[in-house]
Amino acid sequence: MIPLYGKTLDELKSIVTAEGLPSFAATQIADWLYHHHAENIDDMTNLSKKAREKLSAKYTVGLTKPERVSESADGTKKYLFPVANTRYVEAAYIPEADRATLCVSSQLGCKMGCLFCMTAKQGFQGNLTAGEVLNQLRSISEFKNVTNIVYMGMGEPLDNLDNVLKSLEILTSKWGMGWSTKRITVSTIGLIPAMKQFLEKTNCHLAISLHTPFDDERRMLMPIQNVYPIADVVDELKKHRFSDHRRVSFEYIMFDGMNDTPRHIKELVKLLNGINCRINLIRFHPIPDSPLRTSPDVRIIQFRDSLTAKGIFTTIRASRGQDIQAACGLLSTKALQEKR
Amino acid sequence: MTSWNEIPYDIQQVISNTAIAPGAYILKFKKNNPFIAGQVLALGVTKDIEPRYYSIVSVENDELISILYTERVEGKLTPTLSLLKPGDNIMVSKPFETFTQVKPSPVFSVAGMGIVPFMSMLLSGKAKGATLIHGAHYPKYFYYSNILTNTLGVNYIRCCSRCQPGCLFVGRVTDFVKQWNDLDVNRPYYLCGSAEMVVETRDILISRGVPVSNINSELYF
Repeated sequence: MIPLYGKTLDELKSIVTAEGLPSFAATQIADWLYHHHAENIDDMTNLSKKAREKLSAKYTVGLTKPERVSESADGTKKYLFPVANTRYVEAAYIPEADRATLCVSSQLGCKMGCLFCMTAKQGFQGNLTAGEVLNQLRSISEFKNVTNIVYMGMGEPLDNLDNVLKSLEILTSKWGMGWSTKRITVSTIGLIPAMKQFLEKTNCHLAISLHTPFDDERRMLMPIQNVYPIADVVDELKKHRFSDHRRVSFEYIMFDGMNDTPRHIKELVKLLNGINCRINLIRFHPIPDSPLRTSPDVRIIQFRDSLTAKGIFTTIRASRGQDIQAACGLLSTKALQEKR
Repeated sequence: MTSWNEIPYDIQQVISNTAIAPGAYILKFKKNNPFIAGQVLALGVTKDIEPRYYSIVSVENDELISILYTERVEGKLTPTLSLLKPGDNIMVSKPFETFTQVKPSPVFSVAGMGIVPFMSMLLSGKAKGATLIHGAHYPKYFYYSNILTNTLGVNYIRCCSRCQPGCLFVGRVTDFVKQWNDLDVNRPYYLCGSAEMVVETRDILISRGVPVSNINSELYF
């Protein structure tokens, strides 16, 4: 059975045409999927019975419930969704006083091999469809509470550009979920060609995984530096205009003694000069057998203050869900190991 | 993901396109621009198919550019590439840098086509004192093995995961690295292959005491 959830309006139009249904049925189906949150084709009561029977012969709404949920003492929940029968993807629900953010995955595993990432240890098994990305939102019990979505879970979103763009189209279109682009952030390690397309085709916020301004260190942490050096990524960003409507931020995991020195502050300021941006400093959530350690809090605070003093708006991201395998990829790797 | 409208390219004529193993080919065309061993270039046959990047295998002073590629039946470009005949046109970008600097006495630890970025360096004499650990499923996939045996001698180690015990190490690259008696933590390590292989090998090297700063990774991507 082919899932309808995650189909764009154009794709639904092709389906209804192929099934010999009237073209307005596509808008009706989109309305049921993305506004009324129908769980079955039979729920789509303004489609004729014959149309529903025809659709049901080949299609299903295609929602998948999470197989497991872990809840942290701080309220963060980590959901584990089965994909392709043998694998899992994670989504993290992070409630705060004035918002609730959902962090979604875009791939099964990852090809990028970053030294600090647990997902990298799973290798790469495939891309999620737009429906599988959006299912992580639709199928959690807090679905209606979510105010912000970040594409920062498992996988490199811009390595799955087509499906990520489709999911964004569904999230932000009037015929879809009608979300504001200002509530959506897509993170990337800096795949320049895909990043250009993303910037041209959407207005969602962009986050770049930076982690060090120095070429040799970044090659060590992130093999992608061999292909798309961060200086080239930043040069590309300088061609675009960023503001509160569309933000660019830089993610910077703090590694003890590795990327947290005054030398790094100086180089970061030089690298990001001319871009209206912010830096998010992130404590490193340890992963097994990693040679990396998180910087002490006092140094993270000094780092933030020094960057702020030099005119770069810098925040420290609160660590959440540390008691429930917070590092991205930990929970799904554990589930995989159990299955084996 | 990049479009041919975004990168400068020449039209070249194919000189040869030879199958060297099931599904593996060497494509040759005239060198129009000089290159540095380790560089890549983009190839294409029509603007409708996005450019794909391939490492150059040739020696730096060759008059021809050689590209080693494998045909992916589900791919957009390689099924067309494999049909090219001498005289056919091909779109070729200028070479550009990804991985051209290697430190002395490098250890290349690669799987399958991961050998390609280092071939040009090895054949151009730019990787003095190198050791090459190459992994493949079957002996026929140890591309250039005759040349490499002559060039590297005992420093050419083939790890064959689906071979019967014989003259090759039976197992994966990771199996070899785990038990390698001559592993020297002070040498620079260059890894190339799938994300899974690279990440696993990197973890093994770290667990055996190789400093992270001595490990360089290049992923299929």
